[in-house]
Amino acid sequence: MLATRDITVRFGERTVLDHVSLQVATGEVVALLGPSGAGKSTLLRVIAGVLTADGGSVWLDDRDITALPAHRRNIGLVFQDEQLFPHLTVAGNIGFGLRMQGIARALAAARVDELLHLIGLTAFANRPVTQLSGGEAKRVALARSLAPRPAVLLLDEPLTGLDRDLHDRLAGELAALLRATGTTALLVTHDRDEAVAIADRTITL
Amino acid sequence: MKHILFTGIAATMLLAACGDDGGSGDTAPAAITLVAYDSFPTKDTPLNEALTEFTAETGIAVSIVTAGDTGTMVTKAALTAGNPEGDVMWGVDNTLLSAATDGKVFDGEPRVVDFGDVCVNYDIAWFSERGIEPPATLDDLLLPDYADLLVVENPTSSSPGLAFLLATIQHSGEDGWQQYWTALRDNGVEVVDSWDIAYYERFSGAGGSEGDKPLVVSYGSSPPAEVVLADPPRTDAPTGVSAATCFRQIEYAGVLRGSPHPDEAAQLMEFLTSERFQRELPLTLFVYPAIASVELPEVFTKFAVIPDDPFVIDPDTIAANRQQWQDQWTEIVLR
Amino acid sequence: MNRLPRWLVPALVAPPALGLAVFYLWPLGTLVARVVRPGSIAEALGAPGIARVLWFTLWQAVASTVLTLLVGFAPAYVLARYRFPGRRALLAAVTVPFMLPTVVVGAAFLALLPASWHGTARAVIVAHVFFNIAVVVRLVGAPWAVLPTDLTAAARTLGASPRQVLRHVVLPLLRPGLWAAGTVVFLFTFTSFGAVRLLGGAANPTLEVEIARRATQLGDVDGAAVLSVLQLAVLAIVVWWSARWQRRATVQFHGADSTRRARSRSQRRQVASVAAVTAVMMATPLAVLVSRSFRLGDGWSLRAWRTLGSAEVRPGISLGVDPIASLATSLRFAVVAAGISVTVGGLAALGISSARRRGRLLDVGLMLPLGTSAVTIGLGMLITFDTAPVDWRASWWLIPVGHALVATPFVVRALLPVLRSIPADQRAAAATLGASPLRAWWAINVRHLRRPIAGSAGLAAAISLGEFGATTFLTRAGSETMPIAIARLLGRTGEIPRAQGFALATILLVTTALIIAVAERQGVLDARDA
Repeated sequence: MLATRDITVRFGERTVLDHVSLQVATGEVVALLGPSGAGKSTLLRVIAGVLTADGGSVWLDDRDITALPAHRRNIGLVFQDEQLFPHLTVAGNIGFGLRMQGIARALAAARVDELLHLIGLTAFANRPVTQLSGGEAKRVALARSLAPRPAVLLLDEPLTGLDRDLHDRLAGELAALLRATGTTALLVTHDRDEAVAIADRTITL
Repeated sequence: MKHILFTGIAATMLLAACGDDGGSGDTAPAAITLVAYDSFPTKDTPLNEALTEFTAETGIAVSIVTAGDTGTMVTKAALTAGNPEGDVMWGVDNTLLSAATDGKVFDGEPRVVDFGDVCVNYDIAWFSERGIEPPATLDDLLLPDYADLLVVENPTSSSPGLAFLLATIQHSGEDGWQQYWTALRDNGVEVVDSWDIAYYERFSGAGGSEGDKPLVVSYGSSPPAEVVLADPPRTDAPTGVSAATCFRQIEYAGVLRGSPHPDEAAQLMEFLTSERFQRELPLTLFVYPAIASVELPEVFTKFAVIPDDPFVIDPDTIAANRQQWQDQWTEIVLR
Repeated sequence: MNRLPRWLVPALVAPPALGLAVFYLWPLGTLVARVVRPGSIAEALGAPGIARVLWFTLWQAVASTVLTLLVGFAPAYVLARYRFPGRRALLAAVTVPFMLPTVVVGAAFLALLPASWHGTARAVIVAHVFFNIAVVVRLVGAPWAVLPTDLTAAARTLGASPRQVLRHVVLPLLRPGLWAAGTVVFLFTFTSFGAVRLLGGAANPTLEVEIARRATQLGDVDGAAVLSVLQLAVLAIVVWWSARWQRRATVQFHGADSTRRARSRSQRRQVASVAAVTAVMMATPLAVLVSRSFRLGDGWSLRAWRTLGSAEVRPGISLGVDPIASLATSLRFAVVAAGISVTVGGLAALGISSARRRGRLLDVGLMLPLGTSAVTIGLGMLITFDTAPVDWRASWWLIPVGHALVATPFVVRALLPVLRSIPADQRAAAATLGASPLRAWWAINVRHLRRPIAGSAGLAAAISLGEFGATTFLTRAGSETMPIAIARLLGRTGEIPRAQGFALATILLVTTALIIAVAERQGVLDARDA
């Protein structure tokens, strides 16, 4: 179970997050709604550990992980602009987390294949990521974060910027994928319909 | 923004182009350039006064350009042959003459302008204070008594340096001179680039020098210089010459091929070999004039050392082996 | 790209190619022709000590390169990714040494290092590191500055420890920068002249110094020519190999300016300490140089400065070069050389980035002068342009042309990555906006080039001010440049000429720093306009 208590973040004069507390039950998919600039992405970054909050704490399964560095938290983060590694192929990106964990090559390859299959891009294994379309990139980013089986998956506006048809299709796929893998997920979006379509529960910031 | 930048650059380029083109064009009528080695005075000495008289008589102004040590000067002349930096060159000596003639540096034959002997000089006071006899022969220089006391010039760049090298070759033979120099190197010889640096910056016996080496390769006529230029004046020479280490050096001057003022250059050549100019040589350059009729000043005859039997190598042998000897010397002594 | 007029690429490529052919390839060919005679190559290569010279040149260049990359890594990181007070000043402090004449750096280390270090290989290497840190900071810092912070954040959320992030994400993406920096530093240190001359002494010559010595002192032009060809062969291989790697390694990504203020206390401490150490490292040699010009014996004195204009070594005896006149000459040459370099380099960069395969040929070709001994360039020009109708040897402009030959590669290397990293979709977008393909192409390229060109002009001027090797050959009495004057002063062993050498070097130091500062500001102003 993921929980935050009184997270406070200030950027200079501005208080972006003010004593924010929330909870996500294991296996639950929660959507975080709010207008742009409300600090939703910032909160995700604090939870993932790539940004240090000015106050408050982050808890995972009743353990205080606030002081734990990001690479030890086992919390995945799918970025709004994907942030795929341009020097690696699709397979290289997806398998990155597995490589960092030191998983044996054969096992890692199998997991990568599994995920490629899951996102429907098996033919794309060796394609450079700079040649992907918007929708393909988002799917690869998702697969990449899922590959190391994170305890929690954070998604920052995962479907923003896609055209209507692709958006709707991917929303459905995403929801199915999260359910199929039983992932605990916190999803940030400004689109209420998207929130309803994918998540079990919605919080407004 | 870019337009302004480019226009500015173009304008400056044009201005620069129209400006001074760097010295190869003279606007004053009949002005020529004398190229010499770096120890040739450019002003204030009787030698320069003589040149001023030349200008007054002929209307030809002479500007002096010093081009470094002789080796560098000759090489540069060879590289710019046909398009020289000056009109007359002074100071090519017999050790480097082949380099000049091979490089077709001169227009016609160069003429002898002076001669002297390149010898090891010693600081009298330094040796007498310590009660040591100064070295007399080339072999003496290898003795531990004289370790770390000698400064020589690089024979690649300096003509006295080359003369000294030739002396050792003549002395030890073509098979033995390498050992000589190995031993000399092991005995702590210091090498500098030019005579000017060796004598006036490293030699302890030179007036005005802060150097600490009491032995230097210089000229048989250097002691008179120390007497003449001494301040406060003195009547005895502070330095002496090891006569058995001397190599006969003859200096030449000539009109440079490709000079834009060949007639004026020829007139200057006449003057340089005339009695009026030659009589200033002993006390300014401290060399012996080429013309026998010049009466040598007393201080010169009293203190200069003319060896009975200086080392001599014939010009053809020098021409054939110089570069190779210089290379081998560099390998032995410097590397 | 296909819709651009057919004459565009040839028009861009022709002037630089022509300049390269006349002023570089032809002199080089003349040198080679002199060399290719039966027996002469063997004779020259067999001359005593050549193998030793070549070996020393190689290993000191490799050592200098590796050491520079290591030492420059932390400063590159801090300067690329953090905003902090004094950052601009620190960047300038790091850059100035690179643009300084090698004689000035050599002089600074002569002033700084104890006498026991004079004439040793380690003095040369230390000076090289000092000199070339800027290369690492700029060429590695450039991609690092636009490396999206989120990319490293993403890696961390995937379980990568900081070391793993460095190894698997940062270094691979920095690879083009690392290669470029390593190549440039290697080339520079392999053909280093002034620093080796002043600090290595007669016992540690590199190929470059040996070439100059053979030609200007020994008069052995043929031997010098052979060594030049040998040096060129080695460097052509290095350049070709590196260019191949660099292009393969270049990954196009949407870089965004990722500099930020340090947030956490430990980050701030890290930044501060790296910045402080770097600042001290960069400032000390130059500070010592300046202070030594005011010292005579054990006390302070203005004598060196006061007597600087007299050009006299002793009463009546001239140094052979007027230090103050050399300043004017150097400045004049610098302006002309900068103009040539920026024009030719700009055309070349545009041509290379548009021409693909043919462009690569010009790319390598323009890099060759960098790899060729500057001395060889001068030597080649000297023996080639000595008969009508190309009797240019005595012409004043030949020296700035020689400088431009050396500076243009830097201009191209500065402009090319900017052009190449213009994302394809920006070009496509410009094209679809209705302007003719040519106008669109021009607008896009010019917009990105404006700032780098101003900086490149300053760089070219600074290079010209400091050029020593080629100038050594082409210099004529009355038009000596400052590096020549400084080297002559420092070649003497007396205290006053030495101090004068330090003084003149100080003047050159300040002049160069000013030029760089102005060029930098120009660049900044342009960015704000855009």
